[in-house]
Amino acid sequence: MTSAATTELAVATNEHLASISNTLIYSAMAVYTLAFFAYIAEWLLGSRSKVGRTAAALTADATKKAAAPAVTVKKAGSTAVLERPKVVVRSAAGARDVPDGPGAHGGDEQGDMYGRIAVSLTVLAFLVELAGVIARAASVERAPWGNMYEFNITFSTVAVGVYLALLALKKNIRWLGLFLITTVLLDLGLAVTVLYTASDQLVPALHSYWLYIHVSTAIFCGAVFYVGAVATILYLFKDSYENKLLGGGTPGKFATSVLERLPASASLDKFAYRVNAAVFPLWTFTIIAGAIWAGDAWGRYWNWDPKETWSFITWVAYACYLHARATAGWKGRKAAYLALIAFGCWLFNYYGVNIFVSGKHSYAGV
Amino acid sequence: MSNTTTDTSPDGAEDQDLGAAGAQLSTAPREEPQLPGLGVIGWARWFWRQLTSMRVALLLLLLLSLGAIPGSLIPQTGIDITKVEDFRKSHTVLAPIYDKLGLFHVYSSVWFSAIYILLFVSLIGCIVPRTWQFVGQLRGRPPGAPKRLTRLPAYTTWRTEADPEQVRAAALALLKKRRFRAHAAGDSVAAEKGYVRELGNLAFHVALIVLLTAFAWGQMFKSDGTKLVVEGDGFSNSILQYDDFKSGSLFTNDDLAPFSFDLKDFKGTYELTGPNRGTPRLYQATMKYSQGAYGKEKSTTVKVNSPLKIGDAKVYLVSHGYAPVITVRDGKGDVVYQDAVPLLPLDGNVTSTGVVKVMDGYKNAEGVTEQLGIKAFLLPTYGGAGQETASTFPALLNPVLNLEPYHGDLGVDSGIPQSVYQLNKNHMKDYKDSDGKQLRTNLKPGETLTLPNGAGSVTFEKQIKEWAGFEIVQEPGSGWALGGAVAAILGLAASLFIQRRRVWVRAVRGADGVTVVEMAGLGRSESAKVPEELGDLAGTLYDQAPGAPDPDPDPSPTPDPQVVPAEGAEKQ
Ligand code: HEM
Repeated sequence: MTSAATTELAVATNEHLASISNTLIYSAMAVYTLAFFAYIAEWLLGSRSKVGRTAAALTADATKKAAAPAVTVKKAGSTAVLERPKVVVRSAAGARDVPDGPGAHGGDEQGDMYGRIAVSLTVLAFLVELAGVIARAASVERAPWGNMYEFNITFSTVAVGVYLALLALKKNIRWLGLFLITTVLLDLGLAVTVLYTASDQLVPALHSYWLYIHVSTAIFCGAVFYVGAVATILYLFKDSYENKLLGGGTPGKFATSVLERLPASASLDKFAYRVNAAVFPLWTFTIIAGAIWAGDAWGRYWNWDPKETWSFITWVAYACYLHARATAGWKGRKAAYLALIAFGCWLFNYYGVNIFVSGKHSYAGV
Repeated sequence: MSNTTTDTSPDGAEDQDLGAAGAQLSTAPREEPQLPGLGVIGWARWFWRQLTSMRVALLLLLLLSLGAIPGSLIPQTGIDITKVEDFRKSHTVLAPIYDKLGLFHVYSSVWFSAIYILLFVSLIGCIVPRTWQFVGQLRGRPPGAPKRLTRLPAYTTWRTEADPEQVRAAALALLKKRRFRAHAAGDSVAAEKGYVRELGNLAFHVALIVLLTAFAWGQMFKSDGTKLVVEGDGFSNSILQYDDFKSGSLFTNDDLAPFSFDLKDFKGTYELTGPNRGTPRLYQATMKYSQGAYGKEKSTTVKVNSPLKIGDAKVYLVSHGYAPVITVRDGKGDVVYQDAVPLLPLDGNVTSTGVVKVMDGYKNAEGVTEQLGIKAFLLPTYGGAGQETASTFPALLNPVLNLEPYHGDLGVDSGIPQSVYQLNKNHMKDYKDSDGKQLRTNLKPGETLTLPNGAGSVTFEKQIKEWAGFEIVQEPGSGWALGGAVAAILGLAASLFIQRRRVWVRAVRGADGVTVVEMAGLGRSESAKVPEELGDLAGTLYDQAPGAPDPDPDPSPTPDPQVVPAEGAEKQ
């Protein structure tokens, strides 16, 4: 076989792979859409019978306050077979003791079934999308994050992966599904329409294993920050809802129906904090890996390039948030606003800087 | 393991009786509003306290992130001077204001420096006392059990036939085995674990200082210049040889590392086919270099991601382009100019432009001394008719050089510095072709453009050289910066992932002669791990001191009527 024929064959394979990748991405979108409807069904069909848990807990609390502190002293049973001591947990002073909502299905069996279907569809869509990303990588013979199209499809894959991993770890976060899949569909829609790039050039500055380390951790951090931000927003809603109930108000029907099923505001807040705190060291590492790479590629490890600057701003904003929680005791809403600002910085760093500001990173362009 | 039940929280005020047991679980300073005392010292003390307070630290952090924003949106002199100049030209009203505010060099402006210097003063003012406090905590012992363990976030109790002393000894052994710092204090055992959290947090903040100091050091002593070298030419490291040179405020010329190098060959390879056609695959410069004044010559290759390190200096390959060799002959046919002319690339396919400037030695057909300026426009790969404006491939597959000659006065002697890549046509005249139009021609390698009326000729030689752009950087302190960064990550991880917590075990003989064991746990923040761990510890201890039957089938929870702050729980 002549070498020309081999190259041609290779070209054909690459183009073939690229079109397979596109088909897979579109298929994933279709399956995500189905999952989206299944999540909707979960919410719609889920019963509203458990509505009022929060209200009940909050009003019950008020009456309980006067009562003597109930310290349940569990003792070993009086039978011959003794049970082990039980640990009694008290929440911190001043914390509201509201039970977590039952989840989107609202404790309803049919709703729960739809929820399970939705998760199964999400798993399927995730696998299809992952295959699409891998096919894309194979077609361009490099990591699939050379431009925003590739970045977007990888990003949503990782975000869904994080969600599924948390589910697999038996964390109670199925309620996140509908919000997540909605944004994943938006992200993919944007990717295949506005951001689509058929082929693109990778300059030699991108030939470095630091690229793989830096960009893959950046995508992962973004996905986790995103999950944290969704939880934070829901926290804000749920917290206002609880406040309203405490103040004796009656929230709207829709709000009640949705918010009753979510975990208690304290749980949402804690979840968001844990998620953000857990990736913060990795985000720090991402920036440093980027600096090392810049040092090798551009001759200076820190040059206040717009992308670097916004990574720094994002880092400082998250540091503010953690600081506020760790030291100034800004639990609750104030800290939540900081977390959202920090995520806003992350988003701007990704979309805003690529689109509006030019810098050395702009080859990751549209 | 053990089950966990949640109990409702009683009045917050009663939590005060945790007293010293909960104190010093961290070294974070307490916020105490205090009015300034009288006099200068009073005010200074007040100011210092404010500066090192968490609130102000937070505020400064917020300001730092806000302050960094304009630098990313407004062109910066440190990054791209030409963009700043363009901005100045098009915003005549804003530019002077920006200039006053230092917005064209945000990261070295007075106000930005003020923010981070204040932040770091605050940081130091915060770390030093916290470190002492932490050392004190390490040398002391965990505080003894508070009076009422039932008040703690995680609590458990049972009755056992075992002796209280036995239970305490078993508890002490167990806690020590689990790597708690534990000691017996009165009727109970006090233990604490997770000091690494505090250590990590301090390490993180110290590492930030190291990082910033290293960065500032690097900025003050750094030097950074660029040099374009055509194949066959060389460079020796002195300021005069640079095309463009910047240095830190404390840099002196003697700081330049002595070395020299020659560029033997530059090679760029590109993907020839497929969707990535034209994608660069390799940029590589083959060089010979020698270190010091009389160093031995060594060979090396420099690639984009692997700079050449000579002493403190690093030589980066940052750009490349073509330098066609041009020969100019005067009316008599004598060669008045022959040189490789570096052209600047305009796009990814290395469409390039530049100017051939013949300064002296040229006489026109009448024998009058003139200067020549020839605009050159190179397509490394000419894609055929209709693709005259841009190259279609970055390598020299089908090079075509477009020349546009002028004659007259280049204006280089006027003293105003001018770019070697631009032609100032103020005192230049063009040549006309046979149709009376401005003369412009496309040449292939080896072809010659003959100037009209016996004014001479310009030859595009067959040989096309390549040039490589190097950036030579010396930045001391980067090793420290890297060390600081790594320490910061490790410290941060320790600070965020490790829980500092305390466990107390009390064993006393009850009125009926049976021992009552109480265990309680306290963490710095509410965490599911503290009760889990307590349950685990209780389970293990329970096996050594099994439960005794309950005398009273329905014990009503009778909290200690006497609410006394746990003063007995001082550090021992
Ligand atoms: C340069 C800017 C700073 C950054 C990026 C920064 C970052 C952080 C981060 C991310 C944490 C969270 C660790 C955790 O949750 O335990 C933290 C904790 C802390 N920081 Fe900072 N910090 C800075 C400056 C300061 C300053 C100026 C002070 C003192 C005034 C300070 C005192 C503390 C304290 C007391 C803690 C909590 C320690 C604990 O939880 O026990 N930090 N810092």
